[in-house]
Amino acid sequence: MVWEFIQNQIFGMKWLKDLIGNLLSEVGLNSTDKVGGAVQFFIYDVIKIVILLCGLVFIINYIQSFFPPEKTKKILGRFRGIGANMVAALLGTVTPFCSCSSIPLFIGFTSSGLPLGVTFSFLISSPMVDLGSLVLLMSIFGVKVAVLYVVLGLVIAVAGGTLIEKMHLDDQIEEFIRNVKPIDLPLEKLTVKERIKYSWSQVTNTLKKVFPYILAGVGIGAVIHNWIPEDIIIRFLGAGNPFGVILATIVGAPMYSDIFACISIAEALLAKGARLGVVLSFMMGVTTLSLPSMIMLKKAIKNKLLGVFIAICIVGIIIVGYFFNAIQFMLI
Amino acid sequence: MGLHGFDWCYSIKVLGTGCKCCHELYENVKKAVEELDLSVEVEYITDMEKVMAYGVMSMPAIVVNEKVVSMGKVLKSEEVIKLLEKLG
Repeated sequence: MVWEFIQNQIFGMKWLKDLIGNLLSEVGLNSTDKVGGAVQFFIYDVIKIVILLCGLVFIINYIQSFFPPEKTKKILGRFRGIGANMVAALLGTVTPFCSCSSIPLFIGFTSSGLPLGVTFSFLISSPMVDLGSLVLLMSIFGVKVAVLYVVLGLVIAVAGGTLIEKMHLDDQIEEFIRNVKPIDLPLEKLTVKERIKYSWSQVTNTLKKVFPYILAGVGIGAVIHNWIPEDIIIRFLGAGNPFGVILATIVGAPMYSDIFACISIAEALLAKGARLGVVLSFMMGVTTLSLPSMIMLKKAIKNKLLGVFIAICIVGIIIVGYFFNAIQFMLI
Repeated sequence: MGLHGFDWCYSIKVLGTGCKCCHELYENVKKAVEELDLSVEVEYITDMEKVMAYGVMSMPAIVVNEKVVSMGKVLKSEEVIKLLEKLG
């Protein structure tokens, strides 16, 4: 009961939806007709996502400020075997990471002697799963879906990294990386005040960067929500199409976007009859793989390893998608 | 040069991968150096081999006199000035 309240009213902000509905009917827009419903969906989702984004990005960056990649590298060096892959996948969720840091991070990990598989467990989990996606998914799909999404994401990361290790692809690393000498930089000691300042600056930066995408995502979501006929969505993304998951993964993979931007589209598609696995594999595809990060990685690894990496991510996401489809009736 | 109290500073480098945030930091550092009226040329290094020689993994980074003094942060020009004053 208490949990339901937290999920609906705090993370889901149902009160906000009701409030906007009431305000709209004051000005003569009925939220049960198409235009009124779209306006309500748009305003509610933009406000909800921006509030969640500010809160989450702040908390996430505060936690992340304790795990700079330099420290993650040191921690990982203490583990061996599959344990190292698991720790790498877990640390991937709390280490700050953007596609422009993927190369230095890859080189730093590799040159300090970490196994290739461990580095890839990190590289898979870092964009795919983070605390933000956990809370965001919780607010929209409920706690069971959110936890399972994170757990399965970590499983892909551990399994993928282990597989890459077993394939002995160490010759696939570009020559210059092997010549880099490992260096341990002294870690900065931050005060609480510095961490707060840093986290807050990340909130404003992220909001500035992502806000147009949120507007676009919610806009598309509102259109889907109110104008796209349900039977079309069911035919392509719902029970009518056994290949929906594969389609969603392949469309989502090259796209470069943020989970905050695509959550609204996912929400609308699900409401209109798309299967859960289709929606979630789309989100995983969008966040995990993207053209810019592939182009970056290409500078450090050769084609074969890059291909294996992409294949593992895509196959993993597709399996997770079908798994969610199969157990959807138990989750929602 | 002696007037400004920054004699000790003989080299400033910005390390990056050529991405947008790295370039922003480079511009901010250049602005800071201009404002402090230093006669140091800010170097922008995106060659990964050279970047990795400093052991930095969070981009972008600032290197002053061959020492990494900031990493993983896009500092504003005022913050760069403060950082340089603190180093001196």
